Amino acid sequence: MTSAEWQIVGFTVWVAALSTVAILPFGLALAWALARGNWPGKSLVETFVTLPLVMPPVATGLILLTAFGKHGLGGLFDFRIVFTWRAVLLALSVMSLPLLVRSARTAFEEVNPRLEQIARTLGAGGWRVFFTITVPLAARGIVGGMLLAFARALGEFGATIMVAGNIQGKTQTISLAIFEDVQIGDDAHAYHLLGVSVVLAFIAVWSSEFFLRRKKTT
Amino acid sequence: MSLLLKNVSLPLAHFTLEADFAMQRRVTAVFGPSGAGKTSLLDLIAGLRTPRSAFIQLDNDVLTDTAKKFSVATHRRGIGYVPQDLALFPHLSLRQNLLYGRKSGGTNNSQFAFDHVIEVLEIQPLIARGVTELSGGEKQRVALARALLSSPRLLLLDEPLASLDAPLKAKIIPYLALVRDEFQIPMLCVTHDRYVALALADEIVVLMNGKVMQTGPVSEVFARPANAEVAKFVGVETLQPGTVTSVNEGLATVTVGNVTLTALAPPPASRDVFVCIRGEEVTLQRDAVTASSVRNHLSARILSLRPEGALVRVELDAGFPLFALVTRPACAELALREGENITALIKAPAIHLVPR
Repeated sequence: MTSAEWQIVGFTVWVAALSTVAILPFGLALAWALARGNWPGKSLVETFVTLPLVMPPVATGLILLTAFGKHGLGGLFDFRIVFTWRAVLLALSVMSLPLLVRSARTAFEEVNPRLEQIARTLGAGGWRVFFTITVPLAARGIVGGMLLAFARALGEFGATIMVAGNIQGKTQTISLAIFEDVQIGDDAHAYHLLGVSVVLAFIAVWSSEFFLRRKKTT
Repeated sequence: MSLLLKNVSLPLAHFTLEADFAMQRRVTAVFGPSGAGKTSLLDLIAGLRTPRSAFIQLDNDVLTDTAKKFSVATHRRGIGYVPQDLALFPHLSLRQNLLYGRKSGGTNNSQFAFDHVIEVLEIQPLIARGVTELSGGEKQRVALARALLSSPRLLLLDEPLASLDAPLKAKIIPYLALVRDEFQIPMLCVTHDRYVALALADEIVVLMNGKVMQTGPVSEVFARPANAEVAKFVGVETLQPGTVTSVNEGLATVTVGNVTLTALAPPPASRDVFVCIRGEEVTLQRDAVTASSVRNHLSARILSLRPEGALVRVELDAGFPLFALVTRPACAELALREGENITALIKAPAIHLVPR
């Protein structure tokens, strides 16, 4: 492993972790609203959130590129988004959000609403109930969902290359680097990174399995 | 303390819950069969459900007034709620459960001091244990203590004994009575168990299919059900105050008026009891009994005969008012007439003694 390879691995892990943390507040809020609420347009929102899971990732990437480019939302910011590390973060966040939301939603649904209601009768307001009852009881599903989202982010390719390009030392993640290495015939590099990505994915998925496994009902 | 419910209307799956009553006494039992809307009524008072219309007032505070689109949030109502499934928080320790509703900053009512509540409900020996390691009765006490420690103004109990088997029920009733007497806290207790209602309540609200059928003091509702539906559900035709004079080998001697009866012994330490006898448990016999396994033979005079479908309700004066339910053919065969004397037989196990 060369230092350039380590840089790629480090950047990938860092930006994937950051995207997982970034989507957490919104993802949990959304998961909770989907689990507990009954509001108009709920099924529509549900569908939109799941879209990145089933749409071609490059198509999602193209949407992001258009939306956050100079003539889109990107024009509103002082800093550039597309073709920077921020675009990588954006692509990973959008692509991994559905996994977090789906796991967290299931976990929230499994929390007995009676416990939340009784917590309220004991004088706890909405936030206190959420953080002391709902989240701890749904913790396994939330952590499992975060790990899945993180694993998805580690391997993201299509959306990232569309919106962030494949710029060495700047936006290049493991997947993008493997693609480039194979293109230019540098198979040794590709296999190094392949090994790393297998190990990382294995650890993430394996630990998420641990968290998502159903608790034994006592 | 007073709880006022006016114009309550809450659509449920099969009917609309409607209630209009004032609770004045300290302990009120909402009494009715399963599915009568009792839990929904408690949820409404606690602010956990939004009614179509309601005016709910606790003492001088309006809690819900749909006409003014006003509703106090659940966590500001100061109403303790012990639900049927108890809802202990499984991820918290027993102590954390107990302290969950504790207010920080010494605003707690000293009446609900931690040590006092723990002592009254005998929680101390349990405190080192996990919430999931408790028995049904222990969970019940912890849930009660947790609600009390939030210093509530009103305590709502949903079927406090439903999850317990018979021997445990007998153990929990005294705790509930203790809470009632020790903390002087008003309680609204939902139950379908007439013995809970009798043992705890001063006042009773009979709720059937979402409608309040009758309200009044316990003995009155049991003795004089407002209609046949209530009578059928309440089920006890004879309800008289009595005094246990002695207990011997599980059998109690109890005095009702000037009559002495033999019954199965009530829970320990209850001297003053309600004597409950269901009409169908009373046998009528023309001739004097020679030898019989039945413990209680009472000479009685027939006061009235009232046909009720296939049965006849016989009102007797046996030294106290006693009702018997007999079939029409039996009534004809015995040629029962008002004013005549007859012997009423009641087996000892058919006489239920409930502490009062």
